[in-house]
Amino acid sequence: MAADEIVALIRDGIPDAEIEITDLAGDGDHYAAKVISESFRGLPRVRQHQRVYEALGGRMGGVLHALQLTTATP
Amino acid sequence: MTDDVQARIAETVNAHEVLLFMKGSPLFPQCGFSSRAIAILDHLGVEFGSVDVLQDQGIRQGIKAFSDWPTIPQLYVKGEFVGGSDIMMEMYESGELAELMQKAGVAAKVA
Repeated sequence: MAADEIVALIRDGIPDAEIEITDLAGDGDHYAAKVISESFRGLPRVRQHQRVYEALGGRMGGVLHALQLTTATP
Repeated sequence: MTDDVQARIAETVNAHEVLLFMKGSPLFPQCGFSSRAIAILDHLGVEFGSVDVLQDQGIRQGIKAFSDWPTIPQLYVKGEFVGGSDIMMEMYESGELAELMQKAGVAAKVA
């Protein structure tokens, strides 16, 4: 999956998200993403990550095998 | 997804204070993320049970529905889903994971 495709999906699901994505291995398959959104405020970490996974619409664990995820509020 | 699998998962989760669903075994993790999760639990020095999802396709799929979490490994403490390896790492580094184990009264591993 291309990095900009991942960014677009997350932004669709979480419009105010600030997204930083790194292609860890340079192979278009292992990414690290940092997602910052005001909408995460007050949510436990598991829920914050679930919001991102929801935005990715089932691709996580499927076509997108490796995405190291960090979430935060601004 | 059968209810039977979900019941089996719930039973296993409740039977262990600390339980890791992973790919492979603690000695031979079959995936980098599972390996990282094991390293964290080893560093914390807690006793934990593990389930190798590669041995059971029903559990491998069922655990994702159980927690509404798409990936493996998955850590459970006292029946509560804590997170995957990224959350484990974040909580380990901040000291929250050790604190959570302590609050849950999880026994340290006897050397």
